[in-house]
Amino acid sequence: MLSIDILLNAIVTGILLGSVYASLALGLGITFGILHIPNIAHPTLVVAGAFFVYTLTQWGLDPIVAAVIGLVPFYLLGVVLYAFYSAVFERKGGANVLQSLTLFFGLSLVIEILLSLGFGSELKSVSVSYIGSSLKIGILTVPYRLLIPALLAPVTIAAVWLYLSRTSSGTAIRAVAHEERALSIAGLNPASVKRHAFGIATATAVIAGAALIMVGPIEPFAGRFQIGRVFAIVVLAGMGSIPGSLVIAIIIGIAEALVSSYLNPSWSPGVAFAILLLGLALRPQGLFGAAR
Amino acid sequence: MKKNSLLFLAGVIIVLALGFLMPWLLRNPFYFFAGYVVLQYVTIATGWNILGGYAGYINFGAAGFFGAGVYLSAFLFTTFGLPLPLCILAAAIVGAILGVLMGYLTLRIQGVYFAIATLGLVVVLETIVHNISGLGGASGMAVYGPRPPAWSPGPSQYNFTVMVVIAVASVALARWVEISWIGRGLRAVRASEDAAECSGVPTLRLKLVACALSGAVLAAAGAPYPFYTSFVEPVTAFSLIIGLNAIAMPLIGGTRTWVGPVIGALLLASVQQIATVTISSELNILFVGAVLIAFVAFAPGGISDLFGRNKGRARP
Repeated sequence: MLSIDILLNAIVTGILLGSVYASLALGLGITFGILHIPNIAHPTLVVAGAFFVYTLTQWGLDPIVAAVIGLVPFYLLGVVLYAFYSAVFERKGGANVLQSLTLFFGLSLVIEILLSLGFGSELKSVSVSYIGSSLKIGILTVPYRLLIPALLAPVTIAAVWLYLSRTSSGTAIRAVAHEERALSIAGLNPASVKRHAFGIATATAVIAGAALIMVGPIEPFAGRFQIGRVFAIVVLAGMGSIPGSLVIAIIIGIAEALVSSYLNPSWSPGVAFAILLLGLALRPQGLFGAAR
Repeated sequence: MKKNSLLFLAGVIIVLALGFLMPWLLRNPFYFFAGYVVLQYVTIATGWNILGGYAGYINFGAAGFFGAGVYLSAFLFTTFGLPLPLCILAAAIVGAILGVLMGYLTLRIQGVYFAIATLGLVVVLETIVHNISGLGGASGMAVYGPRPPAWSPGPSQYNFTVMVVIAVASVALARWVEISWIGRGLRAVRASEDAAECSGVPTLRLKLVACALSGAVLAAAGAPYPFYTSFVEPVTAFSLIIGLNAIAMPLIGGTRTWVGPVIGALLLASVQQIATVTISSELNILFVGAVLIAFVAFAPGGISDLFGRNKGRARP
């Protein structure tokens, strides 16, 4: 039963899936991990990104090119979302977690319904010449429709991480969550820094959306199944540790791939949540974060 | 307080009497079919509010508890032929256990994690039900409900009366929690958990009690559902609209007192019952989502705070 090629294929598939999950979680790593805004609408924004990419590919564009085009409108969408959020809550002296969770919950439902009214509830997929076949190395079979999106993730994560750690506006984003007053004393407007960060986080959703729709067909409510994974990744990586999220995402991906090849694929949606619950119970500060 | 309790008791007796008498007064079974759903949401909103409103711990997984109640009672009835009241009791007990388990795993950290974990509860339970062929798996199973007793004219009317009793019992439970030491402790947790902990309030124990009571009510609300629809399947038992309404109704009505969820549920569920006849279920969700956002953003105290007697009370 434990034949080596099934095991190896499962592990490789898991690594690639995990890499895709990491790109889904990247935006949440910024909004929740750094800014501490529990944006549970992020997976739905990723699905919205996937539908954006789908629409452009219908006009003959390549999905990756479509995602790059989508960066600007999604950045602006994020800025508008944060402007609304802060107009409602921050004015009243900081947001109450319960209220902001509820706001984003309502928002994600509205987006989902608008998508399903606009596109119908059938599965949508993209087809490009280079994602049809598979790469074969010895006993390993790696489909390109998984490999290419999986390569997208480390590139995006590296770009975002370099931006956050090497540039001064990136440093401002990391600083704003720690000490807002100090930031305004230093002459920066915390509100505009956060708006910018939220814009970047939302812009990553369109890249993740392109990855998601390349991996497999997608429907308007697909975001719901990703919520567990993305929060598990951000929380277990340790709030704000973006490189750590790649490691956790790959662990979750491998666990899911092993469960679906040795047990049954229908069990795999529960895997991420089981890992999250265990992680929260045993090590609440995350694997890579400092104790808070 | 004494006078209020007497008034409340009188209200309970009047509502219960109506629940038993109405089936003989109104002929059209549709009223009971629609009324059942409204009362089901009164129960769900009230149950959610015990934890979400009083303690401020938001539960996105109401549909998980509800679905657990649905499947437990369907299973107990079809395999052991357990009578309906015992099914409801069993569902409440399992709901309470589920609540404590959930709370024990996540409540020791911040409320955000509890909320996220409850989102997962629905996915996990739905996955489990999907994979158990004894419960019908993805295709569902038919449940032929019990024959209505002699005091009720038909199955719709019987389900309605059962739901009246469950709703009244949950509202009474919520009111008792609110005015007892548990409610005082939970309000302290909501205002400032650290301050409450420092002044000797047993916060973890209180939150676990609230989790258990809330879970019990939510699961009990689901217990008669298999007999109402005669058919259970995972998608409707763990439906999104249940989790959404559970949050939207108390927030719209007001989360401070037991009255808020009742007002919110009566309003929103009645609107939905009228709306499902005329518009699609997608527009229904869109409507609830938009109303929810509007209330969270512009009237966080809910309707009872806008018009009610709590106007002078300070907000945290």
